Amino acid sequence: MIRDITLGQYYPGNSVIHKLDPRVKILATLLYIVALFVVNDFPGFIVAVVLLEAVIILSKVPRRYIWRGLKPVLIIIAFTLTVNIFMVGGDIIWQFGILHITRQGLRTAAFVGIRLVLLIIGSSMLTLTTRPIGLTDGIEALLSPFKKVGLPAHELAMMMTIALRFIPTLLEETDKIIKAQQARGADFESGNILRRAKALVPILVPLFISAFRIAQDLAMAMEARCYGGVVKRTRMNAMKFARRDLIATVIFCAFLAVIVLQRVLL
Amino acid sequence: MIEVKNLTHVYNEGLPHETKALDDISFTIKDGSFVGIIGHTGSGKSTLLQHLNGLLKPSSGTIVIDGVDITDSHTKMLDIRRRVGLVFQYPEYQLFEETVAKDVAFGPANLGLSQEEIDERVRRSIELVGLDYERVKDQSPFELSGGQKRRVAIAGVLAMEPEVLVLDEPTAGLNPKAHLDILDMVEEIHKRENNITIFVSHNMNDIARMSDQVLVIHQGRLAMDGTPAQVFAREDEIRSMGLALPDATEIVSHLRKEGMELPADCLTVDQAAEAIAKALEK
Repeated sequence: MIRDITLGQYYPGNSVIHKLDPRVKILATLLYIVALFVVNDFPGFIVAVVLLEAVIILSKVPRRYIWRGLKPVLIIIAFTLTVNIFMVGGDIIWQFGILHITRQGLRTAAFVGIRLVLLIIGSSMLTLTTRPIGLTDGIEALLSPFKKVGLPAHELAMMMTIALRFIPTLLEETDKIIKAQQARGADFESGNILRRAKALVPILVPLFISAFRIAQDLAMAMEARCYGGVVKRTRMNAMKFARRDLIATVIFCAFLAVIVLQRVLL
Repeated sequence: MIEVKNLTHVYNEGLPHETKALDDISFTIKDGSFVGIIGHTGSGKSTLLQHLNGLLKPSSGTIVIDGVDITDSHTKMLDIRRRVGLVFQYPEYQLFEETVAKDVAFGPANLGLSQEEIDERVRRSIELVGLDYERVKDQSPFELSGGQKRRVAIAGVLAMEPEVLVLDEPTAGLNPKAHLDILDMVEEIHKRENNITIFVSHNMNDIARMSDQVLVIHQGRLAMDGTPAQVFAREDEIRSMGLALPDATEIVSHLRKEGMELPADCLTVDQAAEAIAKALEK
């Protein structure tokens, strides 16, 4: 059923990683991704893998959850690998017609592969261990310095929160509409691509209308309770930079230092 | 005739959060009956309705409609949908076409009928729901009023000419006038087509007034099955399930407790008024 689709893939838990301040986690994830592109040799990747492995163990998220997040992008990774193996020039070690494999090609492909896998696992560790609300709060806090130059940080975060909040509602709505159209004999499972695409119209039109209706109701309800994005708002769960956040920051800075120094010195 | 035997439906079977939505439900509905289904929110009514036209498959049990087992995996889905028309709650939210006529034609077109047959059925069902075919056929369904939209949506199901018409709270969210209009329409269609009509409602007055047979669902089980008089006579049980009595039955029940001599089976205001007048004359 359509309701079984998991989105926002948060894995509920109570680990140290779960408890970290979302701001720290978001910044660390961003810098980790940058670091992955700074790294250019195997020792550097080993350091990156060790750090990620430590985070996974500490978070207590089952590995099959992480694997599930990786599965949909495997095709993209496979494609990039193939392209890199055959397209990079250099010392040829195998040749067949116009196809050739070079030592440099293998090396680049390996790096790109490792980089992509680490990138995806790294960023999914953020979403797996942080509640959507924590994520949006964190993003809002990180964007708030840019308020001075006119960036509507709070409004952006509110939009994200609302969008996340309504994913299950819209899925439920979709399920209802699909059933209602099936009751009128609609068939979504057979026929060629064109037919199937056309069969979506009876679902999409009512779904859009529902979405607008829900949005309008929500806007009305927010207004009735005097919502205003501009006034200074307080939070029910204020984010606190605790000792464990300091420790995490120190460890992460050490990681960054190692990566950069290794790149500069070697 | 509809025969439901030992129908059980388990959601999320085998998972830690599995729930029994329907538990060993059996009942029979005779041809031409008007059946009311009542039950508290979450009692399993909607799950039951969705089984009647094959949208959900039972975990165990069978549903036989006019000798055809619709739970059999060899029965064609379109065949089931042709037999049983299901009108969901707030059916106007499934309208999608540019014109009323096109929207009503969606169902019959899916049945693969000829164009003439489709046009004929569209005209017939739009008229059946009490709308002026010539006036509304080229209108956008989104320009209509709430009550009219619902009529168009019901017409969309009627156009499939089902032998069994199932309506899930057909009057939810309508104003009192539209509420009565829709019920009158449903009754009228039932009389004219002489089909089996099954409807879910939270309004006990409607249930008592309209149905020949009442099914009470409680926590996934069939708690009662009988005529409105039989069902509403079991006052305490009805209340313990979080349900209410029809207004007239309620008043008569109070008067009886006060010592007035009245029959227990008053279901409608007219019956109650007559009985009270008779008792006062004595």
